[in-house]
Amino acid sequence: MNLALAPETLARWQFGITTVYHFLFVPLTISLAAITAGLETAWVRTGKEKYFHATKFWGKLFLINIAMGVVTGIVQEFQFGMNWSDYSRFVGDVFGAPLAMEALLAFFFESTFIGLWIFGWDKLPKKIHCACIWIVSLGTILSSYFILAANSWMQHPTGYTIDKATGKAQLTDIWAVLTQNTTLVVVFHTLTAAFLTGAAFIIGISSFHLLRAKRRRERGEELGERQKKQIGAMRASLRVGLVVAVIAGLGTAISGDQLGKVMFEQQPMKMAAAEALWDTQAPAPFSVFAVGDVSKGHNSVELEVPGVLSFLAHSNFTDAVPGINDIAQREADAYGGQPDDYIPSIFMTFWGFRLMIGFGMTSFVAGLIGLWTTRRKRWLAPAFRTGEDEVPRLMLTKKREMGPLLSTWSWRISILTMGFPLIANSFGWIFTEMGRQPWGVYGLMKTADAVSPGVSQTEVLISLGVFTLLYGVLAVIEVRLLTKYAKAGPDTDEKPPAKDPKLRLPSSGPGGPGGPGSPDGGASAEDEDADKPLTFAY
Amino acid sequence: MHLHDFWFLLIAFLWTGYFFLEGFDFGIGVLTKLLARDRTERRVLINTIGPVWDGNEVWLITAAGATFAAFPDWYAALFSGFYLPLLTILVCLILRGVAFEFRHQHPEDRWQRNWEQVIFWCSLLPAFLWGAIFANLVHGVPIGRDGNYAGGLSDLLTPYALLGGVVTLVLFTFHGAVFAALKTDGDIRTRARRYAARLGSATVAVAVPFLVWTQGDSGNARSLVAAVIAVLALAAALIMNGRGREGWAFGLSGVTVAAVVAMLFLALFPEVMPSSLNPAWSLTAANAASSPYPLKIMTWVGVIMMPLIMAYQAWTYWVFRKRIGTRHIPAAH
Repeated sequence: MNLALAPETLARWQFGITTVYHFLFVPLTISLAAITAGLETAWVRTGKEKYFHATKFWGKLFLINIAMGVVTGIVQEFQFGMNWSDYSRFVGDVFGAPLAMEALLAFFFESTFIGLWIFGWDKLPKKIHCACIWIVSLGTILSSYFILAANSWMQHPTGYTIDKATGKAQLTDIWAVLTQNTTLVVVFHTLTAAFLTGAAFIIGISSFHLLRAKRRRERGEELGERQKKQIGAMRASLRVGLVVAVIAGLGTAISGDQLGKVMFEQQPMKMAAAEALWDTQAPAPFSVFAVGDVSKGHNSVELEVPGVLSFLAHSNFTDAVPGINDIAQREADAYGGQPDDYIPSIFMTFWGFRLMIGFGMTSFVAGLIGLWTTRRKRWLAPAFRTGEDEVPRLMLTKKREMGPLLSTWSWRISILTMGFPLIANSFGWIFTEMGRQPWGVYGLMKTADAVSPGVSQTEVLISLGVFTLLYGVLAVIEVRLLTKYAKAGPDTDEKPPAKDPKLRLPSSGPGGPGGPGSPDGGASAEDEDADKPLTFAY
Repeated sequence: MHLHDFWFLLIAFLWTGYFFLEGFDFGIGVLTKLLARDRTERRVLINTIGPVWDGNEVWLITAAGATFAAFPDWYAALFSGFYLPLLTILVCLILRGVAFEFRHQHPEDRWQRNWEQVIFWCSLLPAFLWGAIFANLVHGVPIGRDGNYAGGLSDLLTPYALLGGVVTLVLFTFHGAVFAALKTDGDIRTRARRYAARLGSATVAVAVPFLVWTQGDSGNARSLVAAVIAVLALAAALIMNGRGREGWAFGLSGVTVAAVVAMLFLALFPEVMPSSLNPAWSLTAANAASSPYPLKIMTWVGVIMMPLIMAYQAWTYWVFRKRIGTRHIPAAH
């Protein structure tokens, strides 16, 4: 059979496409849920309208996004059984538990309380409404924890035994699965990266609005009340985004370093491949750039920083880091076959690793610069301070502003880099999953043995085609909608719900809403309320 | 009771919950073409399930996840065996989910019309396919010695399976009409009741032969009880609907859905995927189950979480208990 169209290849393509696609929405959902919750809390506590408008604005973009995240997530759960039935049989005893926990503990939270949040603006008291989005946020975080615990088990199986009669993995210790260091570090890394993603998204869109307002100002246009309010909401959002970007970016770097150390220990091949380190070296250099030929087992061109790889792996500049050729030989001795069988795609892992770090850290640095240049009023000389409804000046020092060209480009760069973490996330997953190959479950099951034996090539081909097409079309629609609403900016004419709407108790239904003292007035108020249009409707 | 029997029960419960809840969701989706006369009425219908459809759908995710955890062999054979029907359902659920969220985001008429088409077709197809899948499941499909599906697509398109699909489609649409009568106000409410009466009779016409066929094909004493309950509840739902007791009618149409699902699972037990090739190759609750340790852990999680989930989902229905009429629908932006 043509290898390029073998069911395994097609199933891998489908998994890759659907997973990377799904993970475009996941980090935005995780971070925007929490940030929206934070903004709504700020509104509930301070009563300031700018927070209300910011909540509604980011909440809307969040909803457009979570819709896609939810529906593409269903595919993830189904395709284990559809395309990878032998995998499912082998790991179900271990892998199924976190998946089922994810549904019971996370998905129900998310999907039930998101409905309450969307439709409940005038039906729930403020504080309860705000609690709903926090529960959604908790759901997204729990969800990522359980699914990453499952994935970490594939990266580093633990808490299991292989049943002698059936040859399948059996769970022996759920805590080992849920709390092994791979899981904890990966969760830390993924969540911080998710927040960096949301922060860059918010920074980009806020900057777009602020730059537009700045230009209007420079052209001498008078800004209306609505535009001033928009600036207020976008300025508050920008600061939130910058603070989150810096904290999350730092967290991503720290957790990434931790994860690297864990992987040097648990999957040395992945890390050797990430560095295109063909031969074991002590001290080992960090590769900045390399071009090689897999068949020759060495690089033809390389640019290296001596000792740094040893430092990344072992926290010192001298210890040996095992190379691809040695590890491949070791795995071939342990599991049979040729050393070549155990070498993942060096091109994808090497460049995936670099693009992940490069794009992710660019956003972190951009956030750091942004946070400094837009710092608080009290750090600036009085002449350079701006009001809450003005576009902030970009200040280098207390009294020195960025020049017009640099300033314009700073705004532009923060718009242009808004998608960088999305690219970094995608390459991060491509790197870690492709770096594990040929293994599906590291050391236990090869990907080639995991596919569904009963599913035909035609079926997988149809499925791959359908999903690729469907996801492509939906991507276009999604981007158009997001662009439309992002460009429109917050609807600052919208009034917050005036007072806490009270949940009517069963005893105060029609007939006695105002109590016995005011039957007429109460009843007519009730009627009016009954005819009021919904504040939100599909 | 063995833990794997308990888990069979729990998975049956999850599917029952799913069909009870998303049953009327699908029904509402189908009714957007049958019952609604214009866009405002379509929006009335869509908004009766607006806050809850997503939570309803999670019952499916949980049923699938629980099957993966508790019966990996069942999950593997079922999902790889019913490949193309499940692919179709997946595509429908994706499109339907975004349709609810995207339809109202853009005022253009063609945009809204297209998404309304999506809501109709992507409610109708899964409502049909689930019935066909479960009929096949109960009847038995070609499962080979290795526990894998050994048939093709044509093996799934038997008259019995197609009848099963029609039954769920009509039953869910009936359930949806009763729900619409309960949740709407004004002219559409009256018409929903009339539609419910017609759809209820249609359900009797297709469900009774299907239940008899199932009972004869793979039934036992317990499944017979469930089948009788289903028929009685259906009849009672029709009577209550005729008397304008909408709450009762909805409760009873829900009992009908639950009893039909219960009957299918009772007819299935103790097998989970009977083989039509050789009874010895059938997957059973015993031989497809996970080991006792994960089942025990999952039992704890399930026993603690399910009542909590049901409580807060019930609260959601309470919060959005108000009837919706055309006057409540804000103008499109």
